[in-house]
Amino acid sequence: MISDITLGQYFPGKSVIHRFDPRLKLILTVFFIVLVFCAGNFVNMALVYATVICGMVMSKVPMKIYFKSLKPIFFIVAFTGILNLFYGTGEPLWQWGFITITLNGILNSIIIALRIIALILISSILTFTTSPTQLTDAIERILKPLTYIKVPVHEFAMMMTIALRFVPTLLEETDKIMSAQKARGADMESGGFTQRVKALIPVLIPLFVSAFRRAYDLATAMESRCYNGGNGRTKMKILKIQRNDIIMITFCVVFLAGFIAIAFFVPPIIR
Amino acid sequence: MTELNVIETKNLSFTYGIGTPFEKHAVKDVNLEIKQGEFLGIIGHTGSGKSTFIQMLNGLIKPTSGTILLNGNDIWAEPKKIRNVRFKVGMVFQYPEYQLFEETVIKDICFGPMNQGLSEEEALKRAKEAAFFVGLPDNLLEKSPFELSGGEKRRAAIAGVIAMDPDVLILDEPTAGLDPMGRDLLLTQIYNYHKERKNTVLLVSHSMEDIGRVADRVLVMNKGEKAMLENTRDVFSKGYELRDMGLKIPQVTHIMQKLKLMGLDVDEGTLRVEDALRQLIPLLKK
Repeated sequence: MISDITLGQYFPGKSVIHRFDPRLKLILTVFFIVLVFCAGNFVNMALVYATVICGMVMSKVPMKIYFKSLKPIFFIVAFTGILNLFYGTGEPLWQWGFITITLNGILNSIIIALRIIALILISSILTFTTSPTQLTDAIERILKPLTYIKVPVHEFAMMMTIALRFVPTLLEETDKIMSAQKARGADMESGGFTQRVKALIPVLIPLFVSAFRRAYDLATAMESRCYNGGNGRTKMKILKIQRNDIIMITFCVVFLAGFIAIAFFVPPIIR
Repeated sequence: MTELNVIETKNLSFTYGIGTPFEKHAVKDVNLEIKQGEFLGIIGHTGSGKSTFIQMLNGLIKPTSGTILLNGNDIWAEPKKIRNVRFKVGMVFQYPEYQLFEETVIKDICFGPMNQGLSEEEALKRAKEAAFFVGLPDNLLEKSPFELSGGEKRRAAIAGVIAMDPDVLILDEPTAGLDPMGRDLLLTQIYNYHKERKNTVLLVSHSMEDIGRVADRVLVMNKGEKAMLENTRDVFSKGYELRDMGLKIPQVTHIMQKLKLMGLDVDEGTLRVEDALRQLIPLLKK
């Protein structure tokens, strides 16, 4: 079925990571992603991985799910890894025509592969433990200063929330319409390219019609509850920094200090 | 004369999400025979596996284990020919109006027959017949399906499946969301279609009254399993068992059972309001 996509799916839970302030989680995710790119040697990388694995365990999301999220990017990791193998400098270990492999190249490609994997894992922790609503709420709060330069932050956040909210609904709807048309003998599995595109018409038209209908219904429902944009709108769940969040921030400061210290003493492998 | 079984299922099971923590048996070990030309009602609580079961019958869902025989042949014997099964076992989903997409109603009804490989003439002929069965007037056929009213859309969508002239017609709650008059009319039309074409009809419904009115036999599903498959009268004589499964018996049957308990000479297995009237009016005149 179409609805079996894991990347970027929320896993409801009550772990420490789930309970962190979503704003903090979002900022820390960006912070860690930056650090992943700064980690140029194995000691720093090990430190990052230790923290990431700690986060994965603490999130109480099954490890299997994390591995599943890595599957689709396996090809990219392999490709960039192999490509980087040939861009090393120094003593050649092995040479064949214009292709040379050096120790530096091997280490380079390992670091780059580790970076991509860490990237996916870090963002997975965020999306697995934060519901889309919390996430957009956090984005709205973080970007709020932009309202002073007339950026409609609330409207963007609302659009995002609605779009995310309707992804599963529309997937389900697509499934339903496809079944109904298949029951009438629509053939979606065989034929050439043009035939396949044509076969999509009986699915796309009803899907668009229902998407528009849903949009109208939703707009009416919002208006009948007096929605008129973000002005003066209060929040049901007010985000507040808790004790846990402070512990987390402290940990990150310590982490950053350690990271810089290591980077200072251990020379980088990669440029 | 032996009666033919149009559909036979053997140990039919379907499990969702095998190997994940969300594993769920939607349909468990169902063995049954559906006779050629019968009107079978299917009832069951929400989540009892009715929908999964009927979607397996026309090959939209592949069973995890077990077989389905259609006219004696395993429908999954040749997976590439599953489309032919779908033409023989027509399926009308719940709220079927979302499947309409063509420019005109008649073109939409022709979609199924055209997929069967019929000529345009033949498809048009079938579409007109189907429209007649569901009571769609000719002046609507050239309109866009999106201009029709809710009830008319429903009829057009059902006609789209009937036009394929299936051996077995499965309807999943065809009357849901219609007004009472529309419900009765549509149900009568489906019943007349069944009588005239003498084909097999499977009707899934939450309305015990509807099932009581039209079904020869009733299949009761509970927690993915076949709980009962008996004559309508026999099924609705087991009110307590049905209630345990979150189901009820038709109101009229309930009243007649109570009257019988009070000592009146009535048939406690009455399923139709008309039949109840026929018994009660003479009693009142006494």
